[in-house]
Amino acid sequence: MSTVAELKEKLNVELDAEGFLVNPNDWTPEIAQILAKEEGIEELTDRHWQVINFVREYFKEHGEPPTLRAITKRSGVPTKELYQLFPKGPAKKVARIAGLGKPKGCI
Amino acid sequence: MAEEKTRTLAIICSKGSLDMAYPGLVLANAARMLGLEVKLFFTFWGMDIITKSKVDHLKVTPVGNPAMHMPNLVGVIPGTTDLATAMMKKSLEKIDMPPVAEFLEMIHDAGAEIYACRMAADMMNLDREDLVDEVDDIVGAMEFLEMTEGAQMLFI
Repeated sequence: MSTVAELKEKLNVELDAEGFLVNPNDWTPEIAQILAKEEGIEELTDRHWQVINFVREYFKEHGEPPTLRAITKRSGVPTKELYQLFPKGPAKKVARIAGLGKPKGCI
Repeated sequence: MAEEKTRTLAIICSKGSLDMAYPGLVLANAARMLGLEVKLFFTFWGMDIITKSKVDHLKVTPVGNPAMHMPNLVGVIPGTTDLATAMMKKSLEKIDMPPVAEFLEMIHDAGAEIYACRMAADMMNLDREDLVDEVDDIVGAMEFLEMTEGAQMLFI
């Protein structure tokens, strides 16, 4: 796993102390691939992209990231699968890979 | 990289009113979203939360509930409990909190383990088939303490 400083250089974007993108508009699919690897996800499958694209679209529309409940209800990827796709803590992993800030919600 | 030991949260839910059902469920879900291991133990009135015939009918009662900011005398007027319950359910839906039955399904799908207290089940004459499908097992207090050794423990 790279340090945040190393990642900043590699991606050439601004990151916060925990490695989340500061500006969601800096996000590209290539950045998503690299951040996914950092999170221990070797390859982003179509199902991963279904989640990521939903989250990006939702953010564009609402100005805030969706809750995990909203993701599982509306992206077509149910809870069990979401936890398999993004193991050990999907909330932060999904937000980080999708280029959004650290999630603050409770649900 | 060395394998980190996963943090475990054990939550004991002992109350069965609608307002006391949510704290445990919300914390369990939040913990799973962060990647913590979660084990819940339902006991005493908390059994209502995982009992098929009760789970959709939990209520919040204004009587003796100082958080409602309402004189107890008002709380005893017929219909006040139903009104308070309906209002709370509406507020929960607005902030994207699922109803209790759906919440149980959600945290179970998310990998939280759900246990019923053997003593409470015996006391209330509840069998496995009286409990919601998400219940993993009916266990004794000692067994639960054994399986949550080293965990952080919450009593609600």
